[in-house]
Amino acid sequence: MLEVEGLEASYGPFLVLSGVTLTVRQGEIVALLGPNGSGKTTLIRCIAGLLRPRAGAIRWEGRALGDAPAHTVVERGVAVVPEGRRLFGSMSVEENLALGAFAPRARPGETARLERTYAIFPVLRERRRQLVRALSGGQQQMVAIGRALMADPRLLILDEPSLGLAPRVVESIFGVLGTINRAGVSILLVEQNVHAALGLAHRGYILESGRVATEGEGSALLRDPHVRRAYLGPLAR
Amino acid sequence: MTSLLQQLVLGLLIGGLYGLAAAGLALVFGVLKVLNVAHGQLIMLGGYGAFWLFALAGLDPFASLALVIPGALLLGVLLYLGLFGWVVRAHEETRVKNSLLIGFGLALALDALAVRLWTADERSITTRYAGSVIDLWGISVPLVRLASLVLAVALIGAVHLFLVRTRWGRAIRATAEDWEAALLTGIDVRRAYLLAFAIGTALAGAAGTLVSVGYSVSPSIGLEWTLKALVVVVLAGLGSMPGTFVGGLVLGLAEALAATIFGGPYREMVGLVLFFVVLVARPQGLFTR
Repeated sequence: MLEVEGLEASYGPFLVLSGVTLTVRQGEIVALLGPNGSGKTTLIRCIAGLLRPRAGAIRWEGRALGDAPAHTVVERGVAVVPEGRRLFGSMSVEENLALGAFAPRARPGETARLERTYAIFPVLRERRRQLVRALSGGQQQMVAIGRALMADPRLLILDEPSLGLAPRVVESIFGVLGTINRAGVSILLVEQNVHAALGLAHRGYILESGRVATEGEGSALLRDPHVRRAYLGPLAR
Repeated sequence: MTSLLQQLVLGLLIGGLYGLAAAGLALVFGVLKVLNVAHGQLIMLGGYGAFWLFALAGLDPFASLALVIPGALLLGVLLYLGLFGWVVRAHEETRVKNSLLIGFGLALALDALAVRLWTADERSITTRYAGSVIDLWGISVPLVRLASLVLAVALIGAVHLFLVRTRWGRAIRATAEDWEAALLTGIDVRRAYLLAFAIGTALAGAAGTLVSVGYSVSPSIGLEWTLKALVVVVLAGLGSMPGTFVGGLVLGLAEALAATIFGGPYREMVGLVLFFVVLVARPQGLFTR
């Protein structure tokens, strides 16, 4: 479904991605892991059309992505939950969700999808008239995911959804991601929380200094001694 | 006492036009992050537009709004496509600087054009009802200016409803808040910019029309109106259209107070003093949370 091939990207003279190749297949949850500065967010920005890659290709359902203007990406069925959520804080929960269905493709069935989003996150229904910036971090993350779901995506990309959230909240959010995936949405999950991400994902890639260092099944990566030492600390066995 | 009240009423009436003038500037600045210092010149053009329609075609100035507003919308589209659309391609921090250069250039060009087309004389629209006054408990309220205030409120209300209730209005607000996030939700932010700029120009055109009926226009009023609008934007912040409008009323009242208490010359000073005080004490504006 999503194929990234030999992707290179740079900010000015600084090469951030030097030949990344990865795929997300239909129905999969793929985790993209790696330390700070390894290029995870840059890769997401390329897929979302916010950054033009220097070389390489991004294909979505067989057709090139990444040359088209950024606002058309969601129209093609790829929704991104950006790092730091990037919600419209001065608007209500419901307005944020409505904006998620802005793309023409997402407009039919908007009401039904709003109901489904409220069914997934019942607390958002209670708070639908509140300004988003008055919500807790966990609730804001729910709005961010809900906003992306309102676009009716076939691929959901999340950039560090667990950032700054309490472990219990992370657990419930990851539970929801599993539910969304079982409903047929493929997921590319960028995370620092290696344990939680690999516990959920079918497969994972580990990015180091702009290239894929390791890849494999989620559970296998979790057992990989190199991965354990590098990301779970020297005491992990 | 009556004379103070009389001054305050007149202040409120012109304050409505300050609010209308500032609303367009605030919309453009808030959404595009571009400061259009030629906003006052757009107001001037709106005023001359109505003046021409009155002088050449005998059209009532309030009725001419129905032509001036669409004309200004179109002018806004052209100015965006020809000039300001290039500025928004720049990084956000360089946008304001570049827009200042373009804005000053445009302002000078429009000033010169206005002298050419309409000479440097002051013009105003004198309708049959121009001198009509309503007497309220000893305070005289010029009918034309009262009608202008009512129209200004209606226009601000209409733009506010558009921004709050409609899909594209919401998209414009989203773009103002975080244009990258707006892109991710599928909003064509360039189109949101175009729309906001055109609406801002239309508000300027409407304000100009009302200025030409209740007051007067000349080629030099552009900078004055840009300054008034800028003071109001700093006063009120970029929170909402009604907030900006109330900021305009506040400036009108403050000017009237200053003129009555300290004398006429202080009218122009009070805005600048407010500008300074608000920037120091509450840089986010009075009505921004």
